[in-house]
Amino acid sequence: MKRYTSVLILCIFIILVQVFTQVLGQAFLLTQMTMSAYYVLVAIGLCMVMGYAGQISLGQAGFFAIGGYTTASLSTIDFTPFGGTLFYKILDSLGLLISMETLYGETVLYLSPWISLAAAILISALAAYILGVPVLHLKGHYRAMATMGFGIIVYRIVLGSKVFGEADGITNVPGFPLAPGIQVSGDFTSRISNYYVAWILVVLAMLLLINLINSRVGRALRSLHGSEEAADAMGVDTSRYKVIVFVIGAVLAGVAGFFMTHYNGGIGPSEASVTKSVRYVAIVAVGGMANLWGALIMGFLLNFLSLRGVFGHLDDAVFGVTLVLIMMFMPEGFIRMSLLSDIKSFFLRISAREKSKTGGADES
Amino acid sequence: MSGEQFLQYIFAGITVGSIYAFVAIGYNIIYNTTGIINFAQGEFVMLGGMIAYTFSGFMPLLPAIVSAVLITALVGGIIENVFIRRMRKTSVMGMIVITIGISILLREAALYIWDEQIRALSFFTGSEVSSVNIFGARISPQVLWVLGVTVVIVSGLFFFLKYTLTGQAMRACSENPRAAKLCGIRTDKMVNLSFMLSAGIGALGGCVVSPLTQTHYAMGSDLAIKGFTVAILGGLGNPIAAVAAGLLLGLIEAFSISILPMAFKDVIAIVILLVILVAKPSGLFGSSQASSLKDY
Repeated sequence: MKRYTSVLILCIFIILVQVFTQVLGQAFLLTQMTMSAYYVLVAIGLCMVMGYAGQISLGQAGFFAIGGYTTASLSTIDFTPFGGTLFYKILDSLGLLISMETLYGETVLYLSPWISLAAAILISALAAYILGVPVLHLKGHYRAMATMGFGIIVYRIVLGSKVFGEADGITNVPGFPLAPGIQVSGDFTSRISNYYVAWILVVLAMLLLINLINSRVGRALRSLHGSEEAADAMGVDTSRYKVIVFVIGAVLAGVAGFFMTHYNGGIGPSEASVTKSVRYVAIVAVGGMANLWGALIMGFLLNFLSLRGVFGHLDDAVFGVTLVLIMMFMPEGFIRMSLLSDIKSFFLRISAREKSKTGGADES
Repeated sequence: MSGEQFLQYIFAGITVGSIYAFVAIGYNIIYNTTGIINFAQGEFVMLGGMIAYTFSGFMPLLPAIVSAVLITALVGGIIENVFIRRMRKTSVMGMIVITIGISILLREAALYIWDEQIRALSFFTGSEVSSVNIFGARISPQVLWVLGVTVVIVSGLFFFLKYTLTGQAMRACSENPRAAKLCGIRTDKMVNLSFMLSAGIGALGGCVVSPLTQTHYAMGSDLAIKGFTVAILGGLGNPIAAVAAGLLLGLIEAFSISILPMAFKDVIAIVILLVILVAKPSGLFGSSQASSLKDY
């Protein structure tokens, strides 16, 4: 039960933040918080890959873009001209077509985003697997470059293909009807439900990853972190676990891209850029490589501030400076477990001193 | 494809290939003395072009280029001194992260100092319209400059590493840093020198190709990955193979334009990189036995 306490605290925190913003009349802040939540999803996935499996990935934005572009291109296909065909009938009888009204009052039929969600998960997992199997055999610099290369390929493809809208990206992506009354879209009225959807996703991902760390896979990964050769010798199938974690990280990024695209109503090639990938690495490094909570907190803080425009045009520079400073002075990350225990022992010391003081007073 | 067109493609490929080779040589120099891949290598090329452009505003071209090379070399030295030296004991991942961080810093600094505008140094001889006729293909004299400088740099580097005491000391550091230290070689100084050298060579490359390919504050990261592809293609640690690989990649890219859309030019280079990494990480010209001993 102990391992879920922090998740519970997170849940309470999420609710408190929403209530407070509502009471203080600052509910507009929820928009950036929702978007940060999706970036946090990518960051904690990458944290697993980098911190726990020890694999650097400089292509995480590529997976994010795969998720986003998959749904953006699939759910904007107009199915009206296909009316009457067998394929159409099958989709219709399964309830997988949704009708919508355009600005001009025409009705168009769109594919249900549930299909594109499945596709987004499948494609990002597949891409991660196809890339992961050969790449995870590579060491250090080679692996970094290979994942970065993958990111650049995705970026170039979305930038250079007509289907993906080239430099303009894809816009007018319809909302994602998650449940009756809940829709993931940029609609002003659904801001609060969107905030909860996003953060519930983060909570679910955290639960999944925490369980993974404490499972057989997690133990295997930790053994691998100490010495890959030793783990191999002990019979741990290291490459298999590495691939599993890599795929999980990619799927989280893909899902994040999916939701973000429906929330924003579109996606552009900048989401796939190398700068974005580096940004995720920076967040994980700042949070402390093998520290899910660090990645969550720093991912939220940095993205929220960046989305609020606090850094202005120095946005990328801020990430670069933090990256360099952290690596030089606090390679363990800003939020270290030892720091937390330092604070704890500090308070313990104080309370002990208080006790000894009162004890002394009693004697005299 | 006519014969002249064919030659035209070849010259275009060689020009672009030379700049890749410049970046790859930079990778090799640093890798050889430290085992570090400096992800900020592409940024040195950008800095060279930018500084030379600014200086050429108030001085002749030659001193402008010389100062650009010297200043960039100094920047390289400072980077080693301030950032890399205290990082020496960290993991490979830490090293990757910090050099990426440095590349962002250099790029953002360039954006701040100059701006988003694309700049180009003036042609060394002649102008945009002047051309030399070689077997029917019309090429800019600047292409000959690029080729000439590449040849001079590579042969200069070869002699420096092979026949000068400093060059031999640098090679000793790459073979075995501890043994080199025991022999009285100041390894710190050699590492610093290797950063200065690779920054300077990158900057020179940036100056020479600037009239043809232009200089932009964000050009570094693209060059970094192409340069790395070339370094791997040639086999890490071998500057001469890097030049051959650079020309090869340049030619492949140039001819790819005639088949594929322009936007996919970079995709080809990266696919080659991925294939080489997976299939033959020692590179086309490297021995797999030697590479298995290296720690990437």
